[in-house]
Formats: sequence, structure tokens, C-alpha cells
Amino acid sequence: MPREGILVPNPYERITDEQLQQIHQASLQILVDPGLTCFSKKAAEIFRSNGAEVKAVASANHPYWHIKIPEKLVAEALANAPKTVKLGARNPDNALMMKGDEPRVYFISGSETNIWLNVDFPTYVKKSDNSVEIKVPEFHPRRATVADLCQSAHVCEHLETLDGYIRTVNIQDEDITEDNKDVNKFFASLNNTTKHFMSGLTKLEQLDNVVSMAELIAGGEEALKENPIISFITCLVKSPLQFVEDTTDTFIEVCRRGLPVVVSSSPQAGTTAPIKEAGIMAQINAEVLAGITLGQLVNKGTPLLYGSVPVRARMDTLGDSYGSVETSQYNIDCVQMARFYKIPNYSTSGVCDTKIPGQQASVERLFSDIVVTLSGPQFLHCAYGLLDCNAVFCLLQAVLDDAHFQMLKFFLKTPRINQQELAETMKQIKEVVATPQKLYIRYIRPVLRSGEISPSYPFEGDGESDDVFALAYQRMNELLARPVEHIDPDTTARIFQEVPGLLPRLNVYRERK
Amino acid sequence: MTEDDILARLKENVIQGRKTQQDEGIDEKLSGTPGVVELIRLALEKNISPAEIITQALTAGMRVVGEKFSTKEYFIPDMLASADAVGEAMDILKPLLEASSVETKGKLAIATVKGDIHDIGKNIVAILLKGAGYEVHDLGSDVPTEKIIEFIGKEKPGYLGLSALLTTTMTEMEVVIEALKDNSLRDKVKVLIGGAAVSDEYAQKIGADAYCLDGFQAVKVLDSFQQAKVN
Repeated sequence: MPREGILVPNPYERITDEQLQQIHQASLQILVDPGLTCFSKKAAEIFRSNGAEVKAVASANHPYWHIKIPEKLVAEALANAPKTVKLGARNPDNALMMKGDEPRVYFISGSETNIWLNVDFPTYVKKSDNSVEIKVPEFHPRRATVADLCQSAHVCEHLETLDGYIRTVNIQDEDITEDNKDVNKFFASLNNTTKHFMSGLTKLEQLDNVVSMAELIAGGEEALKENPIISFITCLVKSPLQFVEDTTDTFIEVCRRGLPVVVSSSPQAGTTAPIKEAGIMAQINAEVLAGITLGQLVNKGTPLLYGSVPVRARMDTLGDSYGSVETSQYNIDCVQMARFYKIPNYSTSGVCDTKIPGQQASVERLFSDIVVTLSGPQFLHCAYGLLDCNAVFCLLQAVLDDAHFQMLKFFLKTPRINQQELAETMKQIKEVVATPQKLYIRYIRPVLRSGEISPSYPFEGDGESDDVFALAYQRMNELLARPVEHIDPDTTARIFQEVPGLLPRLNVYRERK
Repeated sequence: MTEDDILARLKENVIQGRKTQQDEGIDEKLSGTPGVVELIRLALEKNISPAEIITQALTAGMRVVGEKFSTKEYFIPDMLASADAVGEAMDILKPLLEASSVETKGKLAIATVKGDIHDIGKNIVAILLKGAGYEVHDLGSDVPTEKIIEFIGKEKPGYLGLSALLTTTMTEMEVVIEALKDNSLRDKVKVLIGGAAVSDEYAQKIGADAYCLDGFQAVKVLDSFQQAKVN
């Protein structure tokens, strides 16, 4: 049985059916005029051999191609792309089953940050009264390591609301190189969570090693296809409208192997996409359609997700503003576009502009998490623990995020209003109004422990003190103290024998000896 | 069922907050079995003394409930259910206690003052105090000062609890205290006040004996007054 996720009963929609059609038509026009610039020779050849208009452009630096993708190819790709995509998991009960026309939301971590944010609680003494002490959280950024990746996978395994794991940090240990980064990030993650694992690939040459590792864990090539415990995310189209060579080539190879992959585009309204909503929507949709078309031309029926990471530019720095309201609007529009095509959607929320946990982080994250969830994306990259746009990961923040996703999941439960419920409560009303105290309190008890009453905020302090960070930190350490189900010893031994480049210290069985 | 079995089941039903056979409690296995009311009657039929019932079952059970509440295993609805069950038990035992000249912990009149119809807090306090073994006389809500004074003069409770939710009605508490003075009753009764509008500071200002933040504090305050009497 796959994970349940949360089914959004009546998904929120910003744009009308007519507007969806208008965006679709505008995107089709963009794919023909101006078309796309392509820096991948493989992609250019695939498009050419399938009837697209492809023109080579001589360049002193790098050859490239202009590609015009006709509507017919797009229509065929949309027809061939699977409408249901399964993302498997080491524990089959953690699999995610995504149907393009069903607004069932799965909450996922991410993305790959360079910085890991540690927290401690130094004590401060009041200047005017030495007897008054307070503990204040301090945050210390540092370069992320493979141990951090293990730790975050470990905690994410135990976060109740988190349905799948996108690697959280870019591992930058001294013994990590471009050649061994992929195998180590995949192993570190897979060995510490039994949930689905998604990642980008640093080097295409490592794809086969990563797939071999996944096959060993899943039980063979066919078993991996049945239960794809890993999936990939590729930003093959750089905005505006450019197929990038390395990510496009990676995308092509993943599609050839039939493993699930996100066709992701991340335009920034104002710089790499038009600032107006209609413009960024027409462009991002064209970019994703171009990727979907390429994927289906490579391998008809290969599982893809409609990936959207649109963002508005900050007006003060022209950097990304994930905390802006428009960013959530674009994401909801993309959810609707994906549903229009009945292709499962990868959407984004919870990414905030602020650099440390605190009030701004809570407001920005909660706002986008609520509104984007209500639109019913299937795979919501809601960025547990992510701060400073895509730059910082903080485990404490991930634990805080889990608490508000519990509230969101509770909120989206189906209302229990039916004749039986009404009959029971009518009886209660009659009984209570006949008593001198007129209180319904005794009727709370049967439902108190049945899960029908939402729990208190888990990090609520006593009295007027704000102990949220301290309590979340305590919770984080409790989760770290819980065991995780590692890959079994025999499979681990085979992985270390057959997959080159793995750091010996990641072998938990070797460490124990 | 032996005497010990009856007392043990009584205690367990207090912990479960099951007043009668119809109550669900927490443990589903107890569903449909006798609750506190039925077991008290059975205990009396078996000639178990009210003192034994109170100490070995009711008080012992409430002690466990208090512990579970302090460790956050129990919530206020659980505490109230247990207190309500004990309150009902005390009503059954009251004539027997009076006949055997056993004194209750103390007598308290409680009321929401004139002009204020908000009585949820007052009702909860009443249940908890009754469950803690106090004899509680609930005079109701929007109670005229004259009615309170009349009751105090006639029934002579040792304690008077006054409740008000509104800033516009809390001033009635001072009116009641002044009326107690005018009727030479102020030194006969300790006045406790509570409610969203009032505070410790306000209690001192109007000359009340204590401010109680909630029902649990009310039990503690009354217990401390009782203890002071003994000492």
C-alpha cells in the first residue's frame, strides 16, 4: 500500500479553464516561434529525427541549434506521458502513487544547499540584574558534509508528515570529488531513509553506478522498475528557452533507463522570464512541454513529472524571492497546467527568503505551504528545513516545518457530517441542556484519543515564555536518537564491492566492527 | 466480589472517569460494566464504611488522576469526568456522613455575580471542588447580591466563590464583599474570586481573600485554608 498523502477535496484554482487554454496555446506558439536554443547535440538529433525543425548555428565557443517543436510532437508526447507515476521506496509502504488528475498531495524535502546551519543555545545574563538569565538560539552556518546528509535523512525518516526525501545538502567533504559525489549522496540518503529518494546528478558518468546501487537495493533491474526507489530531477531547460548540454544529456539517459524524472524549469519573473503572470506562465509551460516532448521521444511512456519552480525576482537585488506572494501564484498556476495535461506535478512551496529560523521564516513558509497545498499538487517540494532561498538547510527548521504540516494535514481531513453524526449530537444536545451545568465536556473524552481532535502546537512553552526553538531542538535530538533501518549487511557488502567510489566510513557495519 | 475488589474497581472507575454504567471512560474493556454510582451502592450494600470508600477508592483514585494530569497523560476533560464521578459519589455518601457525624472537607457557595451570565468557568470550578471533597452549593449565574448574602447568613458556608467574565460585572464582587461587611458576615466566610476579568491585584484591591486562576488553583487554595484551620 502506498503512502496516503493528503487528498485535497476541492482544490483551489486561480485560473479559469479558458485561461488554461490560452496559456497552452501561447506555449505552443513559443515552441515554434521563437523556439528553443539547444546546446545538447543529442537532443538536437532526437528532435531532428522526429520531425522538428532544427538549425545548427556556428559559434566560436560552442555549437548550438535552434529548435522549433511542432504542435503535433507536443500533442503526441502529452498523450504518451504516463498519467500515473509511482515513486517507490525501500519500504514499499512508503511508495508514492501519483495520478495526474487526482489532487493527492505528498510532502517532500529539498533542495540541495551548500550551507548547513547548526544551532546552539548560549546563556545570556541581564546587565541590570545578574540573576536573570535567558537562553537564546544562535545559528552557525558551515559547509555541509556527507554526515549532515545522513543526519537529515535520518530525521526525515522519522518526520511523520514527510512523504519523500530530496537530498537536502550538497556534500563538500575534502574526500568528496566530482567523480564520487553521486554515489556517496545516493548511498548516504538511501541508507538512512526508507522513504522515496530523489536527487539531481552531478556527473552523467555516475548514472550507471547509481542505478546499479539502486538495483542491488531493490532486488534487480526489473524490481527497480516495479519499485523505483530513486528518481531524478533535471533542470534541462534554462530560462529563457535553452536546453543546457549536461542536464539535457543526463535527462535523456535517465529517460532511456525508464526511471522517473522531473522535467524542471525555474524561470525568474523579471529577469529570465516576463514579470507579468501571463508571460512567465506561457514561458515556463513551454519549457516544461519541451522537456516532456524530448523525454517521450527518447522513450515513449517513460515516467515524468511536470516540474515547476517559478519564482519572482527581488526588486532590491534581482535575486530569487521565494517568499513573495507571486511565487505561490505561479506555482498554483503550474499545478493547474499539469492537471490540465493530467500529468503528475512537482511543485514548490515553503522556500523562504530569510536566512535563519524565526518569525519571517514561519510566515513565509506557512503562507506558501498552505496556499500551494490547497491547489493539490501531487509532489510538493515543500522544502523542509530550507532557508535563504536555496542556500541554507537547518534540521531544526525541518522539525518546525513538520509541526505545521501536521496542522495542514489535519485541516484537510474530510468533514464528518452525516445523518449518524447528527443524530448522535442531537441526543447530546438534548441531554446537556437538561443538566444544570450545561457543559458538553464529558462528550469530549470518547473522541479525545481517537485522533479527531487536533493536537496542541507541539512546541508550546509554559506560561508566557517562547520555548519553540528549545523544544523543537529537543524533538530533533529525540528523532536522531531513534534507530533507522539501514540497508541490510549483505546488500551493503555487495554495494561496497560493486559500486566504486563509496567512502568506507559510510558503511555502518564496518564502522561497528 | 470481595470488599477489596469493590474498592479497587471503584478506584479504577474514578481514574477512568466513569460515573455510571453508561459512561465510556478510556479503557474500552470497562464498557457496560458498573461505574462509580453503581459500585458505591454495591459497596454500601456490603456495609463498607463511607470513610473507607472515600479514602481507599475516591481520594486514592483522584490522586492517580492528578498524577496523570501533571504528566500530561490526562487532559482537563478527563480530570472533570473523574471529579464529576467523585462529586456524584459524595452526594450519595453525604446523608451517611452526616448521620455518622463525619465532617466534609468544607462547605462552599459559588456564584457568577449579578449581571453576568457566563458560567462555564464557575461550573468547572464547582465540579473540581466537589470532586476534591468539598460540599459545593452552586447558586447559579447572574445571582443578585441579596441572594448570596441570604445564603451565607442561613447556610453558613466557610467559603464563597465569586466569578465574573466581564470588566463591567467584576465590580459586583466588591459590592458583595461590602454587603458581607454590612451584614456582619465578612469574618465568617473566606471569599475567593476568579474569572477572565479579575486578577490577584484586583482581589487585593477589593479585599477578597484569594484570587484563583482556575479550578485547580481553587482546590489548592481551599486545601491550604483547610490546612491552616487544622494547624
